[in-house]
Formats: sequence, C-alpha cells, structure tokens
Amino acid sequence: MNDALSTVLLAVFAGAIRVSTPFLFVSLGECLTEKSGRINLGLEGILVFGAMTGYAISYHSGSPWIGVLAAGCAGSLFGAFHGWVCKLPRVNDVAIGIAMMLFGTGLAFFFGKPYIQPTAPRLPALELGFWSDVPQVREALKINPLFFAGLAVAVVLWWAFRNTRWGLIVRMTGDSSATARAMGYSVDLVRFLATTAGGFLAGVGGAFLSLYYPGSWTEGLSSGQGLMAVALVIFARWNPLACFAAAVLFGGAGAIGPALQSVGISQGYHFFNAAPYILTLLIMILSISPKRSLRGAPAELSLMK
Amino acid sequence: MTETTQSSGLAAPSAIGEWIGGMRRSAEFIVIPLFALIVSASLFSLFLLALGKSPQTFFELLWRGGFGTEFSWQNTLVRTAPLILTALCVAIPARLGLVIIGGEGALVLSGFTAAVVALPLLSWAPPFVVMPVMLLTAAITGALWIGAVGALRHYRGINETIASLLMFYIAVSILNFFVEGVLRDPSDPNKPSTAPIGPANMVGEIPGLHVHWGLAFGVVIAIVLGIVMSRTTFGFAARVTGGNVRAARAQGLPVGTLMVSATMIAGACAGVAGYFEVAAILGKANGSLIAGYGFTGILVSFLARHNPIAIVPVAVLFGGLAAAGGLIQRRMGLPDATVQVLQGLIFVVLLVSETLYGRFRLFDPEARG
Repeated sequence: MNDALSTVLLAVFAGAIRVSTPFLFVSLGECLTEKSGRINLGLEGILVFGAMTGYAISYHSGSPWIGVLAAGCAGSLFGAFHGWVCKLPRVNDVAIGIAMMLFGTGLAFFFGKPYIQPTAPRLPALELGFWSDVPQVREALKINPLFFAGLAVAVVLWWAFRNTRWGLIVRMTGDSSATARAMGYSVDLVRFLATTAGGFLAGVGGAFLSLYYPGSWTEGLSSGQGLMAVALVIFARWNPLACFAAAVLFGGAGAIGPALQSVGISQGYHFFNAAPYILTLLIMILSISPKRSLRGAPAELSLMK
Repeated sequence: MTETTQSSGLAAPSAIGEWIGGMRRSAEFIVIPLFALIVSASLFSLFLLALGKSPQTFFELLWRGGFGTEFSWQNTLVRTAPLILTALCVAIPARLGLVIIGGEGALVLSGFTAAVVALPLLSWAPPFVVMPVMLLTAAITGALWIGAVGALRHYRGINETIASLLMFYIAVSILNFFVEGVLRDPSDPNKPSTAPIGPANMVGEIPGLHVHWGLAFGVVIAIVLGIVMSRTTFGFAARVTGGNVRAARAQGLPVGTLMVSATMIAGACAGVAGYFEVAAILGKANGSLIAGYGFTGILVSFLARHNPIAIVPVAVLFGGLAAAGGLIQRRMGLPDATVQVLQGLIFVVLLVSETLYGRFRLFDPEARG
C-alpha cells in the first residue's frame, strides 16, 4: 500500500515536470503578449503547428534541436501575423485568436498527415537520477533540458520586466497606450514584437510535445493546453515566476490520472483527464472578480474589461 | 418655432432617399463578406497550386459533392441542420457582445443526456412520450451548460470564450467516462456507446426531402429567434447591452438577466442539435457526437454577422463544404484536414475584412455621388 502510494507520488512528481514544460512555454509567451496589452488566443494553434513543424524538421534534418528552432520560427510567423492583423482598425484580437487557432490546427493536421507514422529523433533527457539505485527515481529524474530552458526564460522575463528599459516599455504599452505614444514609442510595433516573441515561445512549447513528451506527432496532441495557458497567466497574475509555479501545478494535475492508472486504479480515469480543465475553471472562478481589476493586470487588456 | 427652422435647415431625407440609403448600408453587409469569401477562395487556390493540385478540380468537386445532385443536396442538408443550431448558439450571445465558442460541448453533452434519459423509458413508453422527453432533456442540458457560462461571465467576470472552451473539454470527458464505463452497451463490440434508443424512437424524414426533421426545426428556430432579436424588447435590450454595457446599466436594463437568458437560449439551440444527432443520425450516444459542428458553427455565425436568418443560407454553404469533404479527399488525394484549412482561412480573412467596414463611400448614404 505504502509502496503504491510512493509510486503514485513519484509518478505525479515526474509527470508534473514532464507535462508542465509546454504549459510553461505557452504561458510565458502569453504573459509577454498580454503584458503589452494584447491577447493571443491563437497560441493553441501555434502550439499544435509548432509540434508538427518540430517533428517534421527533426525527422528530415536528423537533429531534434533544429526541429525546436524551426517550431519556434513557425510560431513567431503566426505571432507576427496576429500582431500585424490586430493593429488594423475594427479587428478584434480575441476573435482573430480563435480563427488562428482553427487555421493553425487545420494546417498542422494537413501537413502533419505523412508524419504520423515515421519516427523522428527525439530530444535527449538529462539523467539527473544517476545517484540513485531505485529505477523509479532514476526514471522520474530524467528531465528534459527544455524544462530548464523554460525556467531560465521565466527568470529572465521576470527580471527584464522589472529592471530593463525594454521591460518598462512593454509594461507601459500594456497599461496605457496613450502614455507610450506620448513618450514616442510605437504601440503597434511594441505589440507586434511582443506577439511575435510570444509566438516563438509557444512554438517551442509545441516542439516539446512532439519531440519529448508524449514524443510523437498525433492530432490529439494538445487538447487545449494553449488555451489553458491564458487562464494560467491570469492565475499567475502576469508574473513570469508565478507562471512557472502554475505550470508545475497544472502538470501535476494532468499527471494524476496516468499515475493512478500505473498502479491499477483506472476508475475515473476520464475525470482525472478532465482535472486540468476543471482546475483552470475553478482557479478562474476563485481568482477573478468583476468588482476590482486584478493586481498586475495590464489595463489595456481586452480580456479583463 | 425654432425647431421647425432647425430641421428645415438640414436636408430632410425623402422616403425614397432613406430607402436607398438603407439599401446601400445593408449592401455593405453582403458585399464585404462575399468579397472575403472570394479572397479566401483565391488564397486557397494559390495554396493548392503550390501543392501541385488543381484548384479547378477542387471547386468542381466541391460543387458536385455539395450541390450537384439530389443525393449531394441531401448530404448537405443533413449537415446544415446542426450547423444552423450551433451557429445560433454563437449568434444570440454575440448580440450582447459575448464570444461563446463552446457550443460543441453543449451539443455533445445534450446528445448524451438525451440518449441516457431514454434508457429507462425504452421498455414501456411509446415514442410519443420518449421523443419529447429526449428533446426537452437535451434542450435543458444545453441551456444549463451554456447558461452557466453566461452566469459566470456576469457574476464572476470570467471570460466567456475561455470558460466555454474549457467546458467543452469537460463535456467530452463526461461523455467518455460514462460511455466507456457504466453506461457502455456490452452488446456493441465496436465503438463504446450507450444502448441504442431503438428505431421506433428515431426521428423520421421530412416527406419528400430524405432529410430528417432537424432541418425544419433549425430553420423555424432561426426564424423565430430572428424575429425575437429584431422585433421584441428582449432583442432590443440585448442589442443595447451589446453596444454599450454601461449605457445599458444606466438605462436600468437587467444586464445579468439578459446575459443568462441569452446564453440559455443559445445553449438550448446547441442542445437541440445534439438531440437530432443522436435521435436522427446515430441512434445512440458515442464519440461520433464530437464531429466539429460546434466549431464550424462559430464560423457560420460570424459570416452571417450574427443574424439568425442569414445563418440559414450560410449554414447550407458550409453544410455543402462538409458534405463534399469526403469526395474531395478521395479524388484529389488530399488529407481530411483540407476542409478545415479552407474554413480556417475563410475565418481569418473574414475577420480581417472587418477593417473594411465604413471605408467605402459607395456604401455611405450620406456621401453624395
């Protein structure tokens, strides 16, 4: 019994690290975009398209890292398009995001058909469990380098928002476009760059899905993770470090179902599968209030108005 | 006295002038979406050319598979019915400024509850009891499911777009949990499904059309809602709220009640779509309920500019696109996501074309010449 419990806890721990990485990248991308005062719901589409691109390029080039880079570039193209379109008058950023989500997943399914069968080289894992004799521990401590890369991006973003000129410009644009304009900065350009960079991060998150975990390209790969990132950013109050914590929490929630199944408890598997969605909804219900705006929320964000 | 002089100072628009002005203004709402459709078709043709496929063959097959023969019309109209209803699920809340994209979830869950409520009735109740009970259950499920989104939006300030999409994934999990678990029909070896509702309880065809009654329901509901939104106080209040929530509040309009009731009507529409998918097509609830009608419905509603009556022809168009999908796929050797790419493209171009409204003097009744 105790053994089963420790197996489950270890599996949830390992799963939290594994499953959290795409959440981490997408939410950091969304955080950057939203800080500039715009929202990109199309990150879900970018995630799926990035996963397909990463897998295809890794298959053709033989190097998963080139795949990751290609996924990021594809993501930034989508982001750039979103950034450019939203500056046109009367174009609604939320609706364009939904459209880009459908378009991005459509394109990914279209071009991804031939890559469902072949096996592409995967990203290697860092074996941090070498000191232990227990195979489960060694398994749990196989951590992908992208996890640490995401952590590094989170720290850099957090630091940059507070301490750099660029960070200040992005925050100012998100809080008051009039002020930014008065200071002589182009609001459209700042938001364009922030959306493009956000798209890059989401694309990398997608590459993690296909190149590390679950580690193959299938059409049901993402199932809304890009959208949950939006809720995750709200929960994290637009703080990149809190995004990291929230992503790990989500990863853990998503890992409960498979962990229980690994010790033979399959009852309610589908409800545990729904856990991240229910958790997201609950977090939003508990953390959002119509009476006051949230601390850290960019004032120009259409989502919060 | 002063009033008369003032009004005579402005050029008083004659009845005919006003009518022409109105026509020009509404022409804008037809010409720009049509233009968006043509641009998307051109872009998609370039996409096909880049892949070495013939756009001409594509559009010929699209025509043949969707509208060319009596059989293809039947296929199209069968797909039109759920599209009308899921598009209404987007259109009604959109009048209040809400973007609800989780209609698919309401469809799936309502189809499921309709199939489940029939189970204990099958052994003893006649069809004229089973059918209305199923329909009502589906409508109520949908109304509560999407109504909850409206309530969350009003009372907690939660973004309805994200909430409704999250609830879609939750609805799918609920369906899978029961269909693969306690409610799985053990006699069905293939796909995990609930027990069949039986041929007697299935919805029949509209005489002479070979299309089930869902189409008639969809068209009637669309017309009724079109009248409600344009001719009643409810519709007017909804439009005011959609235009400016603060103004609506200042006028003393019950914004919360409006939001919840509009989302409940919307959800009921998607629920009815779910009922017909189960009771006219599948005969039971299973994973085939997740067919993407809810997501195409979003596009249909946007293309119809959230006008319930305009939804009907647009839904026929997209029903044809869906019906022709299989033929195009087989004949041209294209992946099944081809139609999805075209739909996504249309959606993006359509939203970008929003920027064109008000830019052309042609449509401006005040501009002379």
